[in-house]
Amino acid sequence: MNSVAWRDVVFQYDGTFEGFLCCVFESYVHKEFPIAFSGNEECWSLYEVRYVVTEREHARRVYDSILRRSKGAADVVRRGFLTCLPEKESRLYAVIQKLYEEGAGFLHNISDPVYYPVAKALRHLSGELEKLRGFVRFSDYKGVLGAEIEPKNRVLPLLRKHFCDRYANEAFFIYDRTNKELLVYANSHSRLLTVDSLQLSLPGEEEVQFRRLWKQFYETIAIQERYNPRCQNTFMPKRYRGTMTEFLPDDYEAQQKGVNPPAACAAFPSPCVPNGKSEPAILPRSGLSAPESAP
Amino acid sequence: MDLLEKLTILSDAAKYDAACTSSGVKRKFQPGKIGNTSSSIAGCCHSFSADGRCITLLKVLMTNSCVYDCKYCVNRRSNDTRRAAFTPRELAELTIGFYRRNYIEGLFLSSGVMRNADYTTEQMIRALQILRQEYGFNGYIHAKAIPGTSPELVQQLGLLADRMSVNIELPSQQGLQLLAPDKTREAILRPMGLIRDRVLENRQELVKYKHAPSFSPAGQSTQLIVGATQDTDRHILHLTEALYQKYRLKRVFYSAYVPVVENSLLPSLDTKPPLLREHRLYQADWLLRFYGFRASELLDEAHPDFNPQLDPKCSWAVAHLEQFPVEIMRAEYETLLRIPGIGPTSAKRILSARRTTHLRLEDLKKLGVVVKRAQYFLLCDGHAAPGLRFSPSTIVQQLEAVERGSLPESEMQQLSLFDAAG
Repeated sequence: MNSVAWRDVVFQYDGTFEGFLCCVFESYVHKEFPIAFSGNEECWSLYEVRYVVTEREHARRVYDSILRRSKGAADVVRRGFLTCLPEKESRLYAVIQKLYEEGAGFLHNISDPVYYPVAKALRHLSGELEKLRGFVRFSDYKGVLGAEIEPKNRVLPLLRKHFCDRYANEAFFIYDRTNKELLVYANSHSRLLTVDSLQLSLPGEEEVQFRRLWKQFYETIAIQERYNPRCQNTFMPKRYRGTMTEFLPDDYEAQQKGVNPPAACAAFPSPCVPNGKSEPAILPRSGLSAPESAP
Repeated sequence: MDLLEKLTILSDAAKYDAACTSSGVKRKFQPGKIGNTSSSIAGCCHSFSADGRCITLLKVLMTNSCVYDCKYCVNRRSNDTRRAAFTPRELAELTIGFYRRNYIEGLFLSSGVMRNADYTTEQMIRALQILRQEYGFNGYIHAKAIPGTSPELVQQLGLLADRMSVNIELPSQQGLQLLAPDKTREAILRPMGLIRDRVLENRQELVKYKHAPSFSPAGQSTQLIVGATQDTDRHILHLTEALYQKYRLKRVFYSAYVPVVENSLLPSLDTKPPLLREHRLYQADWLLRFYGFRASELLDEAHPDFNPQLDPKCSWAVAHLEQFPVEIMRAEYETLLRIPGIGPTSAKRILSARRTTHLRLEDLKKLGVVVKRAQYFLLCDGHAAPGLRFSPSTIVQQLEAVERGSLPESEMQQLSLFDAAG
């Protein structure tokens, strides 16, 4: 690459994975280096701003070009985009750039300066996924299971397969408050939607009874003589506890602001859309960004 | 008695069992049934209790009534405590209600001994049949084999469970005679041998017939109580090694003895559970299973117990300084694993990384090596850590300093200015 010929610009795009891949496409077509990336919000910069329109075909070409070089690299880019790594686009762009220039060898070395920040973020993502597979807490809302989570990374596309497999006979939803994303599953089909807010209905009597039983079990199983909160905090950081039954009041839904009963479940399988808009149905949803997609 | 009360009594009575894994079996969802064990290859922790232990299974007893009178046990016949029993239906509904809400990965079922071992096992089989067949539960089940149960019943139980365990509890025959006069070594080891043989036979059946029913597919485990008897760490570790080799156990668990009864044969009630000792045994257990160590390398007659101040691997390394330093760029996997501060994951990362690059000390940290500990034992491309100073006489103190602060305080020796004078 002759770096002299390349111009520095800011890429503005729609925030989706395929949008990001289109930025990579435009960058190489126009020989423009992404000095920064910006979402759809208004962008003030001293640099020139290039607005990138998401083209499914361009995204596919870039993704295939990565895949051709290394399947592992494609995984790194796809999963990396779901992490909460600051400036993840620039970090991933650097990985792709290095991949194009010298092949995938550097991905064998976690301490590689270009790969390391992404590898670290991926480890954080894997850790969070592993924890949430256990920490997600469903409540039974009139036969539909519902859960809320507050993750740091965008975990739902990667949790999708696990929960759809396990609860294949159920109808359920998981709402990600951080990323305002909703996973719904019923009758062997699952969907990921963008939903601005979600209001849960009040729990029934049986639900409250199970919460009491679980909390009682949770309290009883601890051995007082071995009390060790530091160890507990290491394995179960406090930030997860805000959505876990054993740390919530029996009827926490009633204590949330302005509760509107059932809306969430009545309209299942596409519940709770009040302020929501459906995610643009471009390719990766079921293809690129979530290959672990559900049945 | 209502369900909440029963659950309280029967989980309180089960909590001293350390085994809490859901690993070793991958069973897919089946139409018409509830759940799978898909996250169970590595196990899945669903919560952590205030003592920092993982909660993965609904751990309860069928009943806490018991005809035995083992001195160390809360459920012994002579203990004046409230007794309760689940009906199979209560247990099934509880398990499924918890499982659907993702509270648990499955059920851990143990029991006090009602009438005799066979009768108790029959009750457990009945409960698990209802759970598996009537309620269609397809998640994880860990079942306890009661010492003295007849082989046919162990066989039936194993077809319903994913993992089985027989608790040895007291690591020596003398301990058993003294504290559990109703149990014998043979009664404990017989079901263990039986389970091992059935698991092996079953593997061969499965090769021949794909749909042969699987017998305890995740193998078996056991538990040893630490600190109720005079047994040394060396004795316990050699026993552990024999159990892994002869009985093909998947796990041996250690449980620091929590004094629950006043008895002249047991540590007094105000004795703190020996948590640090338990921790050291777990570290050594890992060295046996994943690091290629043998028990005889870690402890000998002159050193029958682990050093509380220094972990077993560091202790071994400082006693074998002639094998160090190890060159990171060339050493084999097995040799890398011998370096304190390097584990299987970081050793593999080193192997992978050094194919494409020359590793420097600062890279090792990024690969997950605990450099503070490892630096005394390695060279990176011929170089030691810059500015590192130590000698065989100072290295022990330097290594102890690394771990100090992360150990349970109560058990660490208090360093005092006045010790020497006093």
